[in-house]
Amino acid sequence: MSGWNGVRAVAKREWSSYFNSPVAYVFIVIFLVLSGVFTFVFGNFYEARQANLDTFFLWHPWLYVVLVPAAAMRLWSEERRSGTIELLLTLPLTPAQAILGKFLAAWAFLLLALALTFPMVITTYYLGDPDPGTILTGYLASGLLSGAYLAVGMLTSALTRNQVIAFVLAVLAGLFLLLLGFAPLTHFVSRFAPMWLVDGLAALSFLAHFQNLQRGVIDLADLAYFAGVMGFALVATHAALATRTGK
Amino acid sequence: MVIVDNLSKRFPGHHAVRGVSFKVEPGEVLGFLGPNGAGKTTTMRMITGFLPPSGGRALVCGHDVATDPVAARREIGYLPENAPAYGEMTVEGFLRFTAEVRGLGRAERKRKVDEVIARCFLESVRRQTVETLSKGFRQRTCFAQAILHDPPVLILDEPTEGLDPNQKAVVRGMIRSMGQDKVIILSTHVLEEVEAICSRAIIISTGEIVADDTPEALRRQSHTWQQIRLHVAAPAGKAAARFRALPKVGGVETEAEGDGACTLRIQPSDGQPILQDVLQAAWAEGWDCREVRVDYGRLDDVFRQLTQTEDVGETARKAS
Ligand SMILES: Nc1ncnc2c1ncn2[C@@H]1O[C@H](COP(=O)(O)OP(=O)(O)OP(=O)(O)O)[C@@H](O)[C@H]1O
Ligand SMILES: [Mg+2]
Repeated sequence: MSGWNGVRAVAKREWSSYFNSPVAYVFIVIFLVLSGVFTFVFGNFYEARQANLDTFFLWHPWLYVVLVPAAAMRLWSEERRSGTIELLLTLPLTPAQAILGKFLAAWAFLLLALALTFPMVITTYYLGDPDPGTILTGYLASGLLSGAYLAVGMLTSALTRNQVIAFVLAVLAGLFLLLLGFAPLTHFVSRFAPMWLVDGLAALSFLAHFQNLQRGVIDLADLAYFAGVMGFALVATHAALATRTGK
Repeated sequence: MVIVDNLSKRFPGHHAVRGVSFKVEPGEVLGFLGPNGAGKTTTMRMITGFLPPSGGRALVCGHDVATDPVAARREIGYLPENAPAYGEMTVEGFLRFTAEVRGLGRAERKRKVDEVIARCFLESVRRQTVETLSKGFRQRTCFAQAILHDPPVLILDEPTEGLDPNQKAVVRGMIRSMGQDKVIILSTHVLEEVEAICSRAIIISTGEIVADDTPEALRRQSHTWQQIRLHVAAPAGKAAARFRALPKVGGVETEAEGDGACTLRIQPSDGQPILQDVLQAAWAEGWDCREVRVDYGRLDDVFRQLTQTEDVGETARKAS
């Protein structure tokens, strides 16, 4: 189908542009090192002597909040700054195809970084007899979470030609979506806000949905939540690109 | 065919393009002229669908750019202003990308990319990344992208900007030969280029078309059109009076005199050719005409006459 052809061409270009610059390697190394350090040093992975990846996945929402915006910030800002957006959007492509192509490439890149954490899985098998189901749902949860952060980062990137601003906005938006459901904070808020509000806000947070999935419960509501966040952010990106006035 | 119908563009606080209309047929090379900020780029961006117009519409090969943008863009090759290209890609990779987006199959893609690399003299840089290219090579890379798929419509925003004289000639030659069966719209600040390659010129000033004609016809509007500069062996006063008496002559100015000879500028009264009459008069008087030059007008002058707004003219006069 010709529609898919354009998406694939854009995705291929975006994917190779990650690896044509040091960004990809730096990103992957930092992600692997930090996820390892958090798991082993702060998470007491060995001492806990538990053959599961809970302490590993526990940190992912916090890692992603900074790292994913770094991978997403250039997606549109750079196109706008260098003027290539004029080239891209005057090729026989719809903006939706361009957005989808970029998103898929960037997500594939994040998933590659995630896949490279496979030594963690090997380690748990070495330590004991883990439940392969929860390992799989953990990876599923982490992959969906990175996609949601990515979609938000892509939106902020479409709003400005400045990568630093795009990055800061994405981190703030990500933190907000995270902290809505962060237990210490919701406890604090529940002291003066009605419970339905606290619960409602927490239901909008990345955290609760991520934890449900990661613990091995595949609930359609959680899957729909992540799909919804991504869909919403991509549609908003489309709107943001449509209102740009050119320069 | 490209039809532009009453296009206009308002930016916040600025009316950049005000009701521009024209129609370009295949075989025409249309030069878009105008001072900086006149709205040339903005108009081209609306034709390619990059900017939505605030009013009016553009049709490219029958496709309305607003309602069927993808079909319209398939027919267009576009070289945007400043020749943007992805810095981290190689020249070859960049061209392959645009070919792929345009839906060319693998074999055809390779063939077209090789072909366009040869045509645009990019062989020596094909594996170099775009960010390391010199300005001219980058311009040619982006130009190559525009002509790669052999589109029926070419929109080129300052295509020879930054090219050396040899490359300018090459690109002009390519435009002229492609112009035989395509619609080509190009903008430029080089007026000699318009005379060399355009079959038609539109001058736009503060968002409005102020002239739309062949370069030749535009030149006729110049003050100096058909003016004659004559070096003749005769006393200045006598010669000037004799030529001034001719019916088609509007005015005579003495540029230099001495040694029983003078240099005169003879102005036709209504743009009619006067060479014949002037030479016959000199002949009848037995004056020796040592040098004759007929001025065919300069596009430059016409451009200035038509686009100089009050304040620019004022400053220029004060400066001189
Ligand atoms: N995105 C924008 N927002 C606001 N004003 C703009 C925008 N783009 C262009 N303009 C204004 O519109 C006017 C026309 O600009 P345009 O780029 O079309 O001029 P141009 O004829 O191409 O000039 P040049 O010869 O310098 O390339 C200018 O006054 C410019 O400042
Ligand atoms: Mg311009």
